Amino acid sequence: MAGHYGSSEHIEYLLRLGDNALVLGQRLAEWCGHGPALEEDVAMANIALDLIGQARLLYAHAGRLEDCGRDEDAIAYLRDPPEYRNATLAELPNSGVASAGAAQGDYAVTTARNLIFASYHCEGWRALATSSDRDLAAIAAKSLKEARYHLRHASDWTIRLGDGTEASHRRMQRALDSLWPYTHELFETDAVETAVAHHGIGIESASLRPSWLAIVRPILTEATLAIPGDTAFRSTGKLGRHSEHLGYLLAEMQSLARAYPGAQW
Amino acid sequence: MNASVHAALERVVDPEIPALTIFDLGIVREVNVTAKRVEVVITPTYSGCPAMHAIEEAIRRALDAAGFTDATIRTSLAPAWTTDWISAAGRDKLAQLGIAPPGARAATAMPLHFHRSPLPKVPCPRCGSPATERLAEFGSTACKALYRCRDCREPFDYFKPI
Repeated sequence: MAGHYGSSEHIEYLLRLGDNALVLGQRLAEWCGHGPALEEDVAMANIALDLIGQARLLYAHAGRLEDCGRDEDAIAYLRDPPEYRNATLAELPNSGVASAGAAQGDYAVTTARNLIFASYHCEGWRALATSSDRDLAAIAAKSLKEARYHLRHASDWTIRLGDGTEASHRRMQRALDSLWPYTHELFETDAVETAVAHHGIGIESASLRPSWLAIVRPILTEATLAIPGDTAFRSTGKLGRHSEHLGYLLAEMQSLARAYPGAQW
Repeated sequence: MNASVHAALERVVDPEIPALTIFDLGIVREVNVTAKRVEVVITPTYSGCPAMHAIEEAIRRALDAAGFTDATIRTSLAPAWTTDWISAAGRDKLAQLGIAPPGARAATAMPLHFHRSPLPKVPCPRCGSPATERLAEFGSTACKALYRCRDCREPFDYFKPI
């Protein structure tokens, strides 16, 4: 069966994990200098730094397994949108789906997405800490500690905004409603996941949904937010079919590396 | 030879908290010295710690200066670094700098939801008062949170336990 150590499925799986971290990290970094308060500006930059650090570790590992000369920089900077494997949720603009293109980010959208991803990462990294891929297990154990801090921060703000003023509650609920349909992709198991799970390298993400909901539900309840209903919509970013937003994000992130190949600080 | 390698490494400090050596921080995991080779194994504090590269360069320079010109510096991720590895001397130095040293590790048992479980008490590193409050979960670097003392009114950094 496919999915053995070093197989294309294994590498694909690592890229999915790394791309989620990098693309979300890049989105959070957009808050740098624009946060709603100095402390939050610093928090977003710090969380972005953790995520980008995790992506580097995953890319470096994937590059070594691939063994065709791509390092972490080549993987991050020299792939086009269809080669990216992040879930679509990570690439949606900070202004939200409904007001995409707005110059200003919406902190409710960022808070809702951080809550969804941090809890997802906590559950995912916890499971991957016992991966048969020892490098992945080490990255997971390290990332889990960081994800817990991210989750704490996101829960705090979800409650503060959800159970805050009438306006903050309305915006938080709207953000949650608009992002929720994109959470389904996080728990869609496909052939890649099944193959790596068979070898104990990865996990079938569908198995994470109950424990993910068990984290998210009490936080949303305390925040007086309604959990949105499930829909049939399925985003497909992890298969390489992205929203229109990823291209813009990568264009900005990759422009220097593409204009000056091999540039060094 | 072992002693001179250690002496060289003792001079390498954290670029963000220069009072702390890499031994104080607990990021040196192994120092392997044989007749012909020196190998130093380090581990990052946080995945995205921007100081890691600078620390590796500083180790190389320190070993070069001590005559160990072909030392190997390796990074190991497992087991993951914890603030429990910060030495007693390191904790004292942090407190002297006005940075509250990390409490006992809470990473594995850390409440996901701190509204329901009280935050650990962080005494003020300046006046020792236990009456402190957290201002922000994230501080001047990835490893610190921002606190304030309600008695002496001074803000201070808290080295987060992970």
